[in-house]
This record gives sequence, structure tokens and C-alpha cells, in this order.
Amino acid sequence: MTGAADLGTAVEAAAHESTHSRWTRETVESTVITVLKWIGVAFFVVITVFPFLYMLLLSVRPIADLARDPGALLVPFERLTFGTYDEVLRSVEQGGQGFLSFLRNSAIIATVAVFASLLLAIPGAYAISRLDFFGRRQVNAVFLAVYLFPAILLAIPLFVFFTRIGLRGSLIGLIIVYASQTVPVTIHMLRTYFNSIPESLEESATLEGCNRFQVMRYISIPLAVPAIMSTGLFVFMIAWNEFLFALLFLVDKRESWTVSLGLSQLANSTIEVPTTVVMAGAVILTVPVIAVFFLTERLLVEGLTAGAEKG
Amino acid sequence: MTARSPGSAGERPGPTLRQQESRAGLALLSPTFVVVMAVVVIPILWTVFIAFRDLRLRDLREVGIFGSGFTLENFVGVFTSRGFLEALATTVIYSVVGTALAIGLGLAAALIVRAPFRGRTLVRASMLLPYVSPVVAVAFVWSVMLDPNLGIVNAFGQDVLGWERAIPFLSQRSSDVTIFGVSMGVPVALLSVIAFQAWRYFPFAFLFILARLQAVPADLDEAGKVDGASPLQRFRYILLPQLSGVIALLAVLRFIWTFNEFDDIYLLTGGGGGTEVVSIGIFNRLTGRGDIGAAAAFSLVLAGLLAIFLFLYFRFFARTNEASA
Repeated sequence: MTGAADLGTAVEAAAHESTHSRWTRETVESTVITVLKWIGVAFFVVITVFPFLYMLLLSVRPIADLARDPGALLVPFERLTFGTYDEVLRSVEQGGQGFLSFLRNSAIIATVAVFASLLLAIPGAYAISRLDFFGRRQVNAVFLAVYLFPAILLAIPLFVFFTRIGLRGSLIGLIIVYASQTVPVTIHMLRTYFNSIPESLEESATLEGCNRFQVMRYISIPLAVPAIMSTGLFVFMIAWNEFLFALLFLVDKRESWTVSLGLSQLANSTIEVPTTVVMAGAVILTVPVIAVFFLTERLLVEGLTAGAEKG
Repeated sequence: MTARSPGSAGERPGPTLRQQESRAGLALLSPTFVVVMAVVVIPILWTVFIAFRDLRLRDLREVGIFGSGFTLENFVGVFTSRGFLEALATTVIYSVVGTALAIGLGLAAALIVRAPFRGRTLVRASMLLPYVSPVVAVAFVWSVMLDPNLGIVNAFGQDVLGWERAIPFLSQRSSDVTIFGVSMGVPVALLSVIAFQAWRYFPFAFLFILARLQAVPADLDEAGKVDGASPLQRFRYILLPQLSGVIALLAVLRFIWTFNEFDDIYLLTGGGGGTEVVSIGIFNRLTGRGDIGAAAAFSLVLAGLLAIFLFLYFRFFARTNEASA
């Protein structure tokens, strides 16, 4: 097949060579496309990387330098400062912005949300992938529909409810919300992976006398560990980045703020906080997520776009 | 003989095995089901209920979570409030233009990294940065970049491009621009948040389109080549039809999410400068005025409008599909 096509191209190329000059439509368009492609690569690299570079460079600059010359990017070596990080991390009592405690809050919330979400989703995803039961197809559709619902619509009743039972302002309320909101996507990603495990493995375990739960415990889940880890890290990223619910639930209690919320409050604070200090906070907020992302990029991309190639 | 599947193993225990499986399935799914019901489904139903009640944050303690008295006031309030139509128009423009730009950029990006080249893995990973990074951090970086005093964009514009004044990208409602002698108002702040939206979400479209592109059989392209189709023709008549399904799906998903978008606009402009979309209005009613009933009614109207748009889209879409078939 490929051989024939190659031959075809060769014949066609030869025919073009003999009858026309070199500037056929094919060559002109190919040349233009190649040039455009490299311009495109440069364009996308600049627009995606530059803001992050800018973030880094501003965070190590004295604020006076920025005010004097906002167009300059590079920081002279002797003007380099890490005082911004010191100020943003230090506790409020020590004259800082208290990001260290925000980091702790974010880490607790995100980690617990990951475990809660996985604990709910692993059995659920396994059931949807392997077991035939009443309503199996509908369940999946319902879960995906949940994922499409406006967050702001859910925010109102949850805000009222958690206010009433006194959990607004506590980390637990937020953990419950994050875990339940991520369950649909967690199930979707894990189910795809369970589907890819050959069923014959489980069948032989069944023949050896394992029941369903033993099969799940000793065969399926151990095999799915890589997928479970990458899905968990994905949930971690969502919980770490989340803003709306953190704002609604925690804004009155500074000691419970997450890094996301803390940064947004710092950026809009009425007390003048130097932009470079806030920028250091932005770096602190971003670095863990980018690190997690690069660790899991391949698995994450495959899990998310599973099914997309079918069109 | 290979192992037979549990469902078909033996005639005698067949039905019981199936029942067992069904029971196990429901048992495994029930924790998820309970939590999703409690934190998603019931709250949505409750929102419908609240929307017809007079309920304010400050009397939450006395009247409980159900408010008092059936009322249509909240909905009347939504439709008669000043700025409702404007907010709706802003939301529609923001969603349509933002979605189109994000998908367009995503398509271009996917086509660019389709064929292997040196450093492709790194380029591909960097293209996902805007999407995975915390929205608060990137929104802050953008607001500093676009700042009239400290921002690099205005510094560049004034030093290199010769702008007379700094442009307040995130707070200016409208600016008069003269092109070929025709003067017209340009919604500066709205365009800025749309640009941010396109920048932040094109990676999502990029991922899905790239996954689809890589599944297109290479034979197709070669067959087109043999038949003498130029690269542009091969893109238009061979590749694009292959992508139409995933692009349509992305259009629906992105439209829904952009229509409901809150974080981006709240963080960039706070809803000022002509960027007050419906979700910002809901948030202000909830936290600013503490009017829970009005916020609930407003959010139901938002969801209802979204449903109508989607319905129209699918009607229209089903028709064009029939026409082309």
C-alpha cells in the first residue's frame, strides 16, 4: 500500500519535473506552509512561555526598578533579590503575607480531596467498566452531565447549606465539594484504563476461585496503579487551582485561605503590596502545579483525550 | 479452550451470577452515587426551590434554609433589572468569540506540531502551560502585563510602537479607533478578557484536535497526493472533514464552559469596564447583597438560556448534517 503510494508520488514528481518548471502549486504551497509553520512554532512558544518567564523575572526584581523601567525584562545580577519570596512566605505576625500557612492549607485540602475522590471513584469506575448492571450506561451520562453544570449554579445552594450547618470557613466543607466535583472526571479517566486491561486476566483469577472483590483488590487495582496515580495528580491540580468555592467558603477566615485565594486577595488588597511580592506569590502558587504536570504529562493527556480520536 | 466469560459460564448458575454481578455493580457505585446526589443533584433541585422563595443571607438563621413564602419576585427582578440584557449580550459575545478563537488557535497549534521536528515534545508541553496553571496566578500576570503604569505591553507600546498614551486594557469600556476614516468604538476591556480566554483555553482544543489528527490514517493524505491535490486542498478536502466531529464537540463543550465562566473575568476586571457577564451578576447578588433568592433565580435563567442555545445548536446542526448526507 505504502509502496504503491510512494511509487505514485515518484511518478507524479517525475512527470512534474519534465513538463513544468520547479514552481508547481505543490512546491509553492509546501514552501509557504513550511515557513508559516516555523513562524507558528515561534508564535505559540512566545505566547505560552513568555507570561511565565515574565512572572519569574518580576518576582526577583526590586519594585523600584520595575516602577522606573517597566519595559526592561532582564535583572542586572547585582540587583537580583529574593526578599520578595521571604516577605510573601513569612507569617503576618512577622510582617509577611503568610503564604507558608496558605501552602499548608492548600496541600491539606488538595491531598485529602485526592484520596476521597479516588476512594469513591475506583470502585465506581471498576463497576462501570466491568459489571453489567441496571442503569450502567445512564450513570455515565449523568456523571458527565454533572461535569457540564455551571459551577455558579451549584455554588449558591452549597454556600447556603454550609453556612447553615456551620461548615463554611472550614477546610472540610471545601474538601467535600472538591472530591464530589472531581469524581465524574476521575471515574471517566479510570474507566478508560480499566477497559484497556484484558478481561482474560480477571477471568483466570475467577476460575482460581476469587470473587469479584478479590479480583478487583488483587488483579485490577494493582494493574491500574499508574493510571490511579496520574488521575490522582490531576485531581490534585484541580483542587490546588480552584478559586470560586475557596472564595465563597473561606474568604472571611484568613487562617483558612488557600494559596489561590491568598494570591487573589493580595492582588486586590487595599493595602499597597508591591507587585513584585505578589508576583513571588504567583510563582509559589504555580510551581507545584507545573512540576506535577510535567511528571504526568503523557498519562494525563492520554487519559483526558481517550475516545477523542474516534471523532 | 480459552476461559469463558463469567456471564456465559455454565447454564445452571447463569441467572444468579448475573444477579450477583448486578448487585456488586450497584454496591460498588453506591458511595459515588450518594455523594454526587448529596453535593450535586439535590443542591440543583434545591436551587429551583430557593428561586421561588424570598431568602436573604441575613435571615438564614431565623427562616431556615427554605426561606419563606412562594414568590415570583425573584424572576421579575431578574428580567426587569437594569443591565440584564446588557449582561446577556456581553455573555453571548464573550462565549461565541472566545470559543471560536480558542478552537481556531488550538487547530493551528495542532497542525503545527503534527509532523515530528526537533524539540516537538517540548513545544507540545509548553502549549499546555496556560491550561494547567492556576487561574489566579496567570490572571494576575496578565493584569500586570496589561497594567497602564507597570505593564510591559504599555511600555512596549509607548517606547516602540509610539502610542501617545498608555491604554488601560482592563478597565476601559470603549475606545474610539479610526480605520480608513471610519471612527468606531472598540470594547477594550471585553476584548482583553476574550484574548485571555482564548489564550488560556486553546490548549484544551489543541489536545483533542491533536489526538484526532494522529488517528487519521496516513494513507488518506498520500492518496490525495497521488491524485495531485495540493497541500491546501488536502487540508481542506481530506483533513478538515476528518476533524469536523471533534471540532463540533469542542464547540459545544467550550461554549458551555465559557458561558458559565466566572473566575477569569472576576480576577481580571471584577466585571468592570463592560465585562459584566451573567455569572458575575449572580455572584454579586449572592455575596454583595446577600439576596440568595435572586441569585438562585438568576442562575436558573442562566442555565435555561444555555439549554435553549444548545437546543438550537443541535437542531441547526442536525439539519446541516442531513443536508450534507
